[in-house]
Amino acid sequence: MTTAIKYPHAAGFVAGDRPKIVTSRFEHADSYTIERFLATGGYAGLRKALGRAATDVHEEVKSATVLGRGGAGFPAGTKWGLTPQQVFPKYLVVNGDESEPGTYKDRLLMERDPHQLIEGCLIACYAAGLSQCFLYIRGEMALAQERVATALNEAYAAGYVGKNILGSKFSVDIVLHWGAGAYVVGEETALIESLEGNRGMPRLKPPFFPAANGLYGQPTIVNNVETLANLPWLMVNGSEAYTAIGTKTSPGTRMVAVSGHVKNPGVFEIINGTTTFRDLLYGAEFCGGIRNDNELKAFVPGGGSAPWFTADQLDLPFEASQVGPAGSMLGSGAIMVMDSTTDIPAAALTLTHFYAHESCGKCTPCREGGTWLERILTRIVEGTGTEADLQQILEVGAMICPGDFPHASNEKLGLAAVPFPYKMTTICFVGPSAFAPLHSAITLFRSEFEARLVKRISIPVTAVSTPPTVWA
Amino acid sequence: MSRLNEANIKTALEIIARYPRPKSALIPLLHLAQEQNGYVTNEAMVHLGELVGVTSAEVYGTATFYEMFRFEPVGKYLVNICGTMSCALMGAGDLMHHAEQKLGVKAGGTTADGMFTLAHAECQAACTEAPTLQVNYRFRYKVTNGDFDTLIDDLKNGKLADEIPAHGVVARIRQRIPADRGVGAVAPELVTENPAWMDGKAAL
Ligand SMILES: Cc1cc2nc3c(=O)[nH]c(=O)nc-3n(C[C@H](O)[C@H](O)[C@H](O)COP(=O)(O)O)c2cc1C
Ligand code: SF4
Ligand code: FES
Repeated sequence: MTTAIKYPHAAGFVAGDRPKIVTSRFEHADSYTIERFLATGGYAGLRKALGRAATDVHEEVKSATVLGRGGAGFPAGTKWGLTPQQVFPKYLVVNGDESEPGTYKDRLLMERDPHQLIEGCLIACYAAGLSQCFLYIRGEMALAQERVATALNEAYAAGYVGKNILGSKFSVDIVLHWGAGAYVVGEETALIESLEGNRGMPRLKPPFFPAANGLYGQPTIVNNVETLANLPWLMVNGSEAYTAIGTKTSPGTRMVAVSGHVKNPGVFEIINGTTTFRDLLYGAEFCGGIRNDNELKAFVPGGGSAPWFTADQLDLPFEASQVGPAGSMLGSGAIMVMDSTTDIPAAALTLTHFYAHESCGKCTPCREGGTWLERILTRIVEGTGTEADLQQILEVGAMICPGDFPHASNEKLGLAAVPFPYKMTTICFVGPSAFAPLHSAITLFRSEFEARLVKRISIPVTAVSTPPTVWA
Repeated sequence: MSRLNEANIKTALEIIARYPRPKSALIPLLHLAQEQNGYVTNEAMVHLGELVGVTSAEVYGTATFYEMFRFEPVGKYLVNICGTMSCALMGAGDLMHHAEQKLGVKAGGTTADGMFTLAHAECQAACTEAPTLQVNYRFRYKVTNGDFDTLIDDLKNGKLADEIPAHGVVARIRQRIPADRGVGAVAPELVTENPAWMDGKAAL
């Protein structure tokens, strides 16, 4: 029996007897200091990388198939290879804007092990020939900003960052940048706009992806914090050791936050590809079951944008190739659990409100549609909605995402799954995300919406003129 | 005085120098202005425009996109209660209701003494610790009504002054790049060759 230890200094993090690639230092209260970092193998991965040709390091990362942990799951090594060879400078932008509902991991990685992230950034810059790195931290994360600032100051002083790193010909600056509160800025092209000092509105892609045309119109790699935090371990242990963990298509580990109605909510570093949702929700080393031993009603498998699952999907593993066809996505490793007592329309409203509120306003279906969805749903939740409102929600949704919207299968309802992804009329995923939770909720729990509707019953009556006193 | 003061101008110039294009420094500089005055004043926006070489309208355009920037005074302590799904499932609605009672203001309002502004916030990346709140961006986890009362009393009595600075200050530690260690930012059009280490040989 494994013992789950909660480290009080790493709020929410639960360790276990599993391989630790990115959380190996979390057990130490002083894990964020350079002393602890160096005493536990810190910057050894950088030294190893610099001892090899850049192209060689790039190949190593490619063969490890480090899947992006920011949401889309695109392999980092492949992404780095998409930059044009003869265009420079190229930039690295680190996405530390973590704000997808349910997601809690990048903040821990920045607060608890900032040097590991810095080392990861350096390895990426070295391997992909990136001349400057901008580390963009969400504005509201005061402690993460302080810890990363301190770590950078230490690393500069000790010669790990800046000019001639470790005395080599490798020189790169890492600039700490911080946001000011806007969810959509987590989208990579909006992140770049924001870093250029503009309103954080996504750019239309295609034709240009950041790898070809990003920051200041230059080739730019945008990578998530967790993605980069994997690189030091990978450099020290090699891609074979990395791919020995997890499955062929989803190697290594990944950080997952499970919140909501479970006995022991927490953040876990799990084995990728094989760990199932059942393990996570019910396993003794993870969440230990639903609170008060209630029944599971539904769960969000991959952040607020993801279509919902129910108990029927519990045995799916953390494997994109299985979760996609089942009608949802793994996204940013965020699971939100609802037990049998949950008011489903109200729960969906918290998410629809979120995405409507966070719309940047660039595309009409998202700007208008999101707001409509929120208003109509609010009416239903408050008990003043009608059957026509329910219909209208689906019509507005179809304007954001035409065609069949992905959803899970459900045995009781006799539903077959509609696979992920969806079609969309918007530039980014914020618009569809306002509809996703609502669509899942209506598809899987329609009766709960219907029970809330105002019934208009027509009774045949004869017109009667009202006495004037009523108006007095 | 709501343009940047001398010390902050120095910091601002240091920050601007780190970017290949000055406008990139705008958000950090807006934070600096808010740190100095508690909110972002019109004069500060004009000043920032001068510093990075854009019009004050452009500064305003950027500033108004981001929720953390305030254009009017707010309470010394901004209390942001998360209301997104995980927190809502764990009782954030009740907590907000209690907070409104305790402070005597509705969400969005500021207490008459200017001490507290109460606000509804979105997911704070602490979902496993729901319900959560931030006071001037410092976390409180699994907050009960009792915890909330204690927090407010402690803030009133100055007991948390060391931990929680007044509104406007986010991080209290800044990055400093020593002149002899930094590579320095170069405008992209001035870079004419691949980085030195991309020569097919090991760097060490
Ligand atoms: C609306 C929206 C919000 C996003 N927010 C984040 C975020 O907060 N953090 C993040 O790493 N990626 C986020 N992403 C994904 C990024 O666009 C991008 O795919 C990712 O940072 C790439 O890094 P990776 O390949 O290492 O995963 C978001 C995407 C969208 C559409
Ligand atoms: S989908 Fe919404 S958030 Fe995304 S670009 Fe369009 S309007 Fe902006
Ligand atoms: S939902 Fe409240 S912190 Fe994420």
